[in-house]
Amino acid sequence: MIEGIPLHYFLVLSTLMFFIGVYGFIVRKNLITILMSIELILNSVNINFVAFNKFLYPDQLQGMFFTIFVVAIAAAEASVAIAIIINIYRRIGNINVEEIAELKH
Amino acid sequence: MSVNQIMFILFASIIVIFSILTVSSKRILRSALYLLFVLVSTAGLYFMMNYNFLAAVQITLYAGGIVVLIIFSVLLTSRINDRFASVKPAKAISTVIVTAIGAFVSISSILQHNFVPAAGVEPISTDVKMVGMQLLGYGTNGYALPFEVISVLLLASMIGAIIIAKKKLD
Repeated sequence: MIEGIPLHYFLVLSTLMFFIGVYGFIVRKNLITILMSIELILNSVNINFVAFNKFLYPDQLQGMFFTIFVVAIAAAEASVAIAIIINIYRRIGNINVEEIAELKH
Repeated sequence: MSVNQIMFILFASIIVIFSILTVSSKRILRSALYLLFVLVSTAGLYFMMNYNFLAAVQITLYAGGIVVLIIFSVLLTSRINDRFASVKPAKAISTVIVTAIGAFVSISSILQHNFVPAAGVEPISTDVKMVGMQLLGYGTNGYALPFEVISVLLLASMIGAIIIAKKKLD
């Protein structure tokens, strides 16, 4: 428990962050900014896990371990995504999603 | 208003404002920098909740790893002076409406729900010793199997990233 801050504050904050990330995911055209929106979404989920762990089940550490694994998977995802982005840039010279319309080798 | 509340409001406003700037900035490098602020103040929230190890992981992995990786790839693939074209108003407005409806539904259901903490439990210590014991334990509350699986995943993604991004030797 944290004095003066109920659980709902954290949940509302992470909801706002999640939907800002969804907005960016839909509106943006550049692949790297889409990746940043995904990072925002993953981060908001992490806040949720940790807040539930802290407020509802303080006798366990499950939320914290889930968060650590989510962070590790986010790192793996970012590295592979950036490799793909660099490869696309080398082939097409552009990372705008509207101009990447071919899968040809 | 207590110190906790002031700190929470500070972190929360930084997170919300810089998240909006991240998805709306017209310069991609600034966008990456705003993302860094969001991630660091999330680490501040973890510190507030007394998860010190998790906050350290957040700073080193996200702020030190992922954001630096993103900035490198920005420098490799974009020109610094480029600005994005502004979003078409119709698309922006429709997306804002959709996400606002989603946020409204989620927040209203969160505020109506009454979360009940587990009764009569003793809070566990969250220091690094306990984290290490549980992360490598294989009994009750042990996470050895997911730990090993995630290490295989990291190795696979590292090899995959190298193979995808390297130049063809021919």
